[in-house]
Amino acid sequence: MNWGVIAQNLPLFLRGALLTLKISLLALVLSIPIGAFAGLCRVSRNRVISFLAACYVEFFRGVPLLVLLMWIFFVLGRILRLGSYWSAIAGLAIFSGAFVAEIVRAGIEAIPKGQMEAARSSGMTYVQAMKLVVLPQALRKVLPPLASQFIILIKDSSLVSVISVVDLTLIGKNLVATTFRSIEVWSFIAVIYFCMTFSLSKFIAFFERQSVRE
Amino acid sequence: MAEVAISIRNVSKSFGSLRVLKEISFDIPKSQVFAFIGPSGAGKSTLVRALNGLEGIDAGEILVEGVSVHDRRTDINRLRTNIGFVSQSFNLYPHLDVLGNVTLAPVHVKRQGQEEARERALAILGSLGLADKARSFPQQLSGGQQQRVAIARAMAMDPHMILFDEPTSALDPELIKEVLDAIRQLASTGMTMVVVTHEMSFAREICERIVFMNQGSVLEITPPQEFFSNPKTERAREFLGKILHH
Repeated sequence: MNWGVIAQNLPLFLRGALLTLKISLLALVLSIPIGAFAGLCRVSRNRVISFLAACYVEFFRGVPLLVLLMWIFFVLGRILRLGSYWSAIAGLAIFSGAFVAEIVRAGIEAIPKGQMEAARSSGMTYVQAMKLVVLPQALRKVLPPLASQFIILIKDSSLVSVISVVDLTLIGKNLVATTFRSIEVWSFIAVIYFCMTFSLSKFIAFFERQSVRE
Repeated sequence: MAEVAISIRNVSKSFGSLRVLKEISFDIPKSQVFAFIGPSGAGKSTLVRALNGLEGIDAGEILVEGVSVHDRRTDINRLRTNIGFVSQSFNLYPHLDVLGNVTLAPVHVKRQGQEEARERALAILGSLGLADKARSFPQQLSGGQQQRVAIARAMAMDPHMILFDEPTSALDPELIKEVLDAIRQLASTGMTMVVVTHEMSFAREICERIVFMNQGSVLEITPPQEFFSNPKTERAREFLGKILHH
């Protein structure tokens, strides 16, 4: 084995890891408003709105991310001239939005019905009761699963390498193609992914313990 | 004849094939206290929840100060500002402190200024013996204190009437008195009230009329002295026999 290949290419790995983090974070940030909107529609008493939101959630949870990324890059991306970078972010955001929608729905449904009733009984509109009473409580319940979603996004983002975004995974592929050091390169990349996700999950766990203490 | 606060006219409701309210009609005059009593499953809670539109009805009409509660054209939010509601499970907002709980609706629904709402809330909390709890959070309070905060929250809207749905059923026995005292105090101000309760001696003491319900029907509406000493219906006699001599 020759670990020199790792040492020589450290800046390359770092660049790949940063791009992976950046794409995942951007996708998460975009998927939150998408998911929040879809999640609110999902709990709406209007059946048409709720049905449309359910369609979005079910469809994108049912399509493999790899296929979705290909479709966005080769179909939507061509039409809208998105390029591989923005196609990747759009694909991840839409995909993740479906999961965020379910997180938001579960967060809202975890708030006892009596809260909405108490608010409505005092003359608040549905929107006021949501905004002032239900959502502030749901937000606390939503944060931990949302953080887990970020970890999932980091791992899923490795698929964007197939539409030629030079993330950590594609850096690895390219290095192996030129150096043939597959054992060293893929081992090291696995460790980098693990370090990113593991430190994040430890951070989240710490954060959760803090909020429980409150 | 006193002014009518709530008028219930031929109200019926079913859950599936179960008829929970059967053609109920009676009036509740202004400034009077009506207690709904009866065995569980009688429809007491469903009826009191229908009075502010939390429950829909299948037939009939409920008028609150002359306004039809279930009419689609009614501005239900506006009507509800006149109807306080206190439920069995308090339902305080856990993310707000006591003051936040009491001022939320006055500020956002009645558009009172923060300062005005705060002063009014503190006055009400003081009258209920909760002045020192204004900055506490609901989970730091006992059940009795929580329920009194819920009463303060209802009072802060200056409602014309308050509905109580089993206000003491979720409380430990030793906490019931403080909540009943708060309701008593409210009754003495001439507030129109409907109280669903299992506290018979309390009902006997504060209310003008006992509404005795059984299986979705109102069997009698009688002054409490008469109801407890000489109930008109066989079912009421049987009910009282069971609960007064257990």
